[in-house]
Amino acid sequence: MCTTIVVALFMLVPMALSLAAGFMRSYNVGVTGGFTLDWLAKVLSAYGGTVGASIALATVCVAGDLVLGVPCAYAISRMRSRWLSVFEELITLPVAVPGLATGLAMILAYGEVRGFRQSYSFILVGHMVFTLPFLVRTVSSAFKREELRSLEEAARTLGAGFLQRFIGVLLPAIFPSIVAACLMVFALSIGEFNLTWLLQTPLTRTLPVGLADSYASMRLEMGSAYTLIFFAVIVPVLLSLQYVGRIVENRYGS
Amino acid sequence: MSRYPSGLSRSLLLWCLLPLTGFFSAFWLLPVAHLVALPARGGWSMYFAVITDSRHLATMSNTVGLSLIVTAVTLVLGGAVGIFLARSRFLGRRVLLSLLTLPLSFPGVIIGFYFILLGGRQGLVADVTAALGIGRVTFAYGLFGLFLAYVYFSLPRAIATYTAAAESMDRALEEAARTLGASRSRIMRDVWLPQLAPTTLACGAIIFATAMGAFGTAFTLASNFEVLPISIYNEFTNYANFALAASLSIALGLITWVVLLAARRFSGESSPM
Repeated sequence: MCTTIVVALFMLVPMALSLAAGFMRSYNVGVTGGFTLDWLAKVLSAYGGTVGASIALATVCVAGDLVLGVPCAYAISRMRSRWLSVFEELITLPVAVPGLATGLAMILAYGEVRGFRQSYSFILVGHMVFTLPFLVRTVSSAFKREELRSLEEAARTLGAGFLQRFIGVLLPAIFPSIVAACLMVFALSIGEFNLTWLLQTPLTRTLPVGLADSYASMRLEMGSAYTLIFFAVIVPVLLSLQYVGRIVENRYGS
Repeated sequence: MSRYPSGLSRSLLLWCLLPLTGFFSAFWLLPVAHLVALPARGGWSMYFAVITDSRHLATMSNTVGLSLIVTAVTLVLGGAVGIFLARSRFLGRRVLLSLLTLPLSFPGVIIGFYFILLGGRQGLVADVTAALGIGRVTFAYGLFGLFLAYVYFSLPRAIATYTAAAESMDRALEEAARTLGASRSRIMRDVWLPQLAPTTLACGAIIFATAMGAFGTAFTLASNFEVLPISIYNEFTNYANFALAASLSIALGLITWVVLLAARRFSGESSPM
């Protein structure tokens, strides 16, 4: 109980401190100095572009992951091959290996391809490589459920073709898991820093990249206000993820 | 009778794997092959820079040491909080749990910033200690600040994992032990620990690997305690020493991958993340 209280304070005080500091006229003076929205306005004018960029990037990342990952997850759930575990291990490597290493590797391989290196698609590709294992894992374990196999079999004996079964029967049946996977990918992409810091250029900055920049060069109040904006973007996503996670768990048991 | 259910042919399933395989090969395997081949240009000895160069060896052992301590402390604290949250019922328990696990997907830079707000030159702790007349105490930029930030960064995962694991523990075993007169510490050692061992191993490996590769936190704190990811970054961007940066990244990647793989083998857990 005591440990829980201490840990809770350790976790929550810095969060509360940074939320409050974003509104304070001066962090040094504290609450007595009064409150203001100026810092938020300043952040939006200096870094506003990064918010839209990150949201757009994360959205496209989710879409790309779905296109590549869902068919792959299906194949993984239905194939019987001893190479399958090697394959799964391989595509999970970008999560097991630090983002810094993946970032370095991408720059070494594609740094000279200017049009690619200097566009957001460079960061997008990095985010997709990093997030795909999470999506594939969540979706393939949903596809593996036993009642889904019988459902698929029933649809087949009734004469449904592969695409008909896949789109009409399987996808709706695992919809909550797909939503959970999408939210997870979105949150991971919005918050990714280790990889993105290497892949970014001055013209392709994301929210966490802007945050790091403001922490290094701006006043504490401004960094706090910027963190506040990050919260506004990510917290709804994380809360819906927890909510959807509970639905999936209640319905299928973990 | 086909080997595959529902009239699926092997070729159809292979077609399903194809897009991701192509993408992954082009944007991860190929780049990483570049990375792995790069140090060879500086001679084979370049691959062993992390062992042969005393400065990098020191950084590596610092990083491993810090990550080990962070893992141990996080597991103990996360375990205590997780078990407590799983077994008590109070108003706002669910809210507290979701607040404590919220930082799970915050970038490390934010955690670094938190500790600047708390223990930096203009931090809260400095203000408090100044008011107490013992001068402005700062800890954000040294080893202790880095340690606290790393623990902060990994606690949400440990709390979430242990809460889930403790909720599914067998209560009957504990009841039995209690009626047989086992003390609280005995129950902890003989009933809880064995049941939570697989969770501890799996979660510990993830925390260790994350701490080894944590870049954002150390980057924001600009710590005077150098960790390996910062060395790699400096070699790459400040000194343009690509071969050495690649060599150090390979060493770092190998360590995190092997630790995660080993933990999965031993805990029988199939989850790779």
